[in-house]
Amino acid sequence: MDLSSSKRIVIVGGGQAAAQACASLRLFGFEGDITLIGEEAALPYQRPPLSKAYMKGELAEERLYFKPESWYQDQNIDTMLSMRATRIDRSAQTVDLEHGGSVSYDALIIATGSRPRALPVEGADLDGVFDLRDLADVERIRPRMIAGQKLVIVGAGYIGLEAAAVARQMGLEVTVLEMESRVLARVTSPVMSAFFEAEHSRQGVNVRTEARLSSLAGSEGKVATAVLADGTELAADMVLVGIGILPNVELAEASGIACSNGILTDRDARTNDPRVFAAGDCAARLLVHYGRKGRLESVHNAIEQGKLAAAAIMGKPRPAEDCPWFWSDQYDLKLQIAGLSQNYDETVVRGDIDARKFAVFYLQNGKLIAVDAINSPPEFLASKKLIMAGASLAPEILSDTSQSMKEIAAAAV
Amino acid sequence: MAKIIYVDHEGTERAIEATNGESVMEAAIKNSIPGIDADCGGACACATCHVYVDDAFMDKVGKPEDMEQSMLDFAENVQGNSRLSCQISVSDDLDGMKVTTPESQH
Repeated sequence: MDLSSSKRIVIVGGGQAAAQACASLRLFGFEGDITLIGEEAALPYQRPPLSKAYMKGELAEERLYFKPESWYQDQNIDTMLSMRATRIDRSAQTVDLEHGGSVSYDALIIATGSRPRALPVEGADLDGVFDLRDLADVERIRPRMIAGQKLVIVGAGYIGLEAAAVARQMGLEVTVLEMESRVLARVTSPVMSAFFEAEHSRQGVNVRTEARLSSLAGSEGKVATAVLADGTELAADMVLVGIGILPNVELAEASGIACSNGILTDRDARTNDPRVFAAGDCAARLLVHYGRKGRLESVHNAIEQGKLAAAAIMGKPRPAEDCPWFWSDQYDLKLQIAGLSQNYDETVVRGDIDARKFAVFYLQNGKLIAVDAINSPPEFLASKKLIMAGASLAPEILSDTSQSMKEIAAAAV
Repeated sequence: MAKIIYVDHEGTERAIEATNGESVMEAAIKNSIPGIDADCGGACACATCHVYVDDAFMDKVGKPEDMEQSMLDFAENVQGNSRLSCQISVSDDLDGMKVTTPESQH
């Protein structure tokens, strides 16, 4: 369906995918109205620094924003902030708004993102217990980031460990609770988990694996203690919860758009309604390098699907689909991840783990499917290309540091 | 404030007034300069804000740090004057600097 002559495109959501869609629509020559409906009070901003430099106070708030307010005015983009869309009527092609009224669309991009999984224990609603998801969360957390304060972090995923690193660097006493037997259990290999666990322990974080939080207790409404299932009690001035996110699919689902752990899209970010697209955390897309559908929670994905949706609406050639990539900053460690390591059957370590400069490659039937690179950009960048080329590499070649990654990549593809 | 001139691979120039302290990448993104993607937002994680710095300003922009150099070593079409624009901080000294963007950042 050609939608390039649309009068109005509505974007529900105000995160990175929404911002990218706005920019790409204008870049691809769309001259009609664009309406962005965002629940947060802020214009679209970068989330990654919230658990990194911004949390630490090293990045000014204005530097979080993708574009200044004047850009949206110049581009004639109507930003409706602090505004919730309550219903999509696909036959009338309208989006209802919380406080009454509706906006009509010729094309709709759903970029509703995700929300933190709620902590399912008693005391989760006490003062001092926070999610770490949006700017408003960090505004509440930052005044409490005071040296000597006791911080308990629930969940040893990337967000939890990044927050732990920041808090330690700011002098807080930090405990990380993880239900699994190792940190980052859902996303990486045992060798990487062991490395990060050792690093955080060395930095003075109390990392407790196989630790199940049973409840939070407090006095006068404020959290004071984290109680574990084995009866251990930990003093807590503040609790940060980082136990994963859930895609915001309800609006799409209620309108009859097909969903299955995310809003189902084709390669062009189009849903089963040809006028409706989905982009970012909320969408389940075809992972072209892996031959399966899946949901990606990443900057790369938000940018790419924002572009894909805009290109499809404007009838432009499909933008390149990159191999998925991610990064995490903890202390002076830069972790760069290319690809998706699920279902690997072999790992290969390249470099020196003790020197904190190494990479772990993930192979499946001899084919490179992912890499976790610590302070090793060439391993990351080379692997992106190798994964996209579907290259198979022998373990002894990947681990041979007498050859540069450039040489290895050149020989393999 | 410094005037920064972005030259695309076809030679088209776009001049903007950048604010001291922001990066050459941030100034480009805020002004919708094409040719700089900056996917990671300035975390030195993606190498999609590669530029060629005007030779006259090479001393003024300084040398890349290890992480940036390492990223550049693997970027496409790298030259002696290649830098990641997210790692160049705007100051009065850079007034009038031209940076050229490569044909593609990917």
